[in-house]
Amino acid sequence: MASDLILFYAFGAIAVAATLLVIAQSNPIYSVLLLIASFMALAGLYVLLDAPFVAVTQIIVYAGAIMVLFLFVVMLLNAPREDALEASGSTEESTGARALGLVLAMAMAIELVWALNRTRILGFAFPEGRGGTSWSVAELGRILFGNYAFAFEATSILILIAMVGAITLAGRHLTEKRIPNPDPRIPSPESRIPSPESRIPSRSPWQA
Amino acid sequence: MVTPFVIAQLAMLGFVFFMLLNSAAVMVYVERKVAARIQQRMGPWLVGPYGALQPLADIVKLMFKEELRPKAADSILFALAPVISAVAAFTAFSVVPFGTETTLFGLLDRPVPLQVADVNVAVLVVFAVTSMGVYGIVLAGWSSNSKYSLLGALRSSAQMISYELSYGMALASVLVLAGSLSLRDIVNAQAGSWLHVIPRWYLFLQPLGFFIFMTAGVAETNRAPFDFPEAEQELVAGYHTEYSSMSFAMFFMAEYINMVTVSAVATDLFLGGWHGPFLPEYLGWIWFLLKVSFLLFFYVWMRWTLPRYRYDQLMQFGWKVLLPLSVVNLLLTSAGVLYFG
Repeated sequence: MASDLILFYAFGAIAVAATLLVIAQSNPIYSVLLLIASFMALAGLYVLLDAPFVAVTQIIVYAGAIMVLFLFVVMLLNAPREDALEASGSTEESTGARALGLVLAMAMAIELVWALNRTRILGFAFPEGRGGTSWSVAELGRILFGNYAFAFEATSILILIAMVGAITLAGRHLTEKRIPNPDPRIPSPESRIPSPESRIPSRSPWQA
Repeated sequence: MVTPFVIAQLAMLGFVFFMLLNSAAVMVYVERKVAARIQQRMGPWLVGPYGALQPLADIVKLMFKEELRPKAADSILFALAPVISAVAAFTAFSVVPFGTETTLFGLLDRPVPLQVADVNVAVLVVFAVTSMGVYGIVLAGWSSNSKYSLLGALRSSAQMISYELSYGMALASVLVLAGSLSLRDIVNAQAGSWLHVIPRWYLFLQPLGFFIFMTAGVAETNRAPFDFPEAEQELVAGYHTEYSSMSFAMFFMAEYINMVTVSAVATDLFLGGWHGPFLPEYLGWIWFLLKVSFLLFFYVWMRWTLPRYRYDQLMQFGWKVLLPLSVVNLLLTSAGVLYFG
């Protein structure tokens, strides 16, 4: 299908260009927006691969939920000007970091080329045509909760732990600011939360 | 490639676009008239019969106004934000079906559905596109470089993100019931009636779901009594304080179109879409129109009846009442489907 090919190249070009511009931007707000554009283009590619569910999930989870959070952090820290200053000041002194970055990028590129070649040689590359397997949501669900039930549940527990951790860290300075209990013999309502000294001192994730 | 079917689909696209544009104008008129009636006023009455041409006059006025931009505003994002809002509003409706398939009195060789795009994950598309609308508001608030705008945008996005969860959960319980993600399938599952009296609408199987969906829908569209982003007494006009002329009109239009979309999706999910008694199947869109109109009237009615909540009450309600309720509803629905289905 010619139209499919045109759309593929269009989406691919948008995705690559937007991703490149993400790192070329000095204004973090624009970076966030370009990343959203890149995610949208990826969603378009998923639609072309006959996976509308994955495409929509990509938009809901990445472009919708995660990037809103990014935008908030960038917006509320009001970073643009500071970052521009830092970037202009630090370009001369960070040759070591640049060299390291270059080496890592090279390693990554070589790895990618090797991995892609390997998949082609081993023959489990893209099936001819669409392979006639257009996954329905019901099938996906059955696989997810059948074959991969353990991985699924383990991931959900991992996310739960991360959430609890984030709330504990974020809520810590709220409890710290409260007036301490004058009489140590009276159990305070916060006594179930360990005292601030007993925990590792660290900054809240929002200041990181 | 250019078959009558393709032409019909393109015509459908234009038709839906045109109707959505008009629905915003009509809704402005209805809102003003109903508000006036509720407050024992006349409402607009000078322009045209019963003031019916008032929206037209408003549009002309908005077009001729000067496009103002604060000096400190980020010019690109300031211009982009209303566009994002409007595009998201229009796009969300594209997957909403509003009638059965038609051959246009035999003009077409195969029937064309009354819907812009029949997507098999339509419900999720609506959900995804609605969540994109947040960006328009957030960027408008941030790029204006004004404290009222920023505060309005922050409130609005916090509210939309909080209520999106309950909104999604309410959607999910209908999905479980219908066993499909396609809005057309969901509507078709609601055809017919129980005992020839009660229509098989999901409203009767999911009363709680309907309540959650509508409440979250009101919060999603930033309407009263949840209209904090624009709480005049505190925030001037919220995120669009600095906007004027047509860019303001775009936000305004997006708000009304979002209302129409939420009402249309609610009709499809809970009120049986275009199914109804007395009318033949091909006139089903009349039923659809009536149901959507009723829901829209309800929106307006509510705005002029209920006072605005306090912001902390809104958040408390969203996280501590609506979200648990929607989770319970989803669990009960799943259990019911497992047991009876």
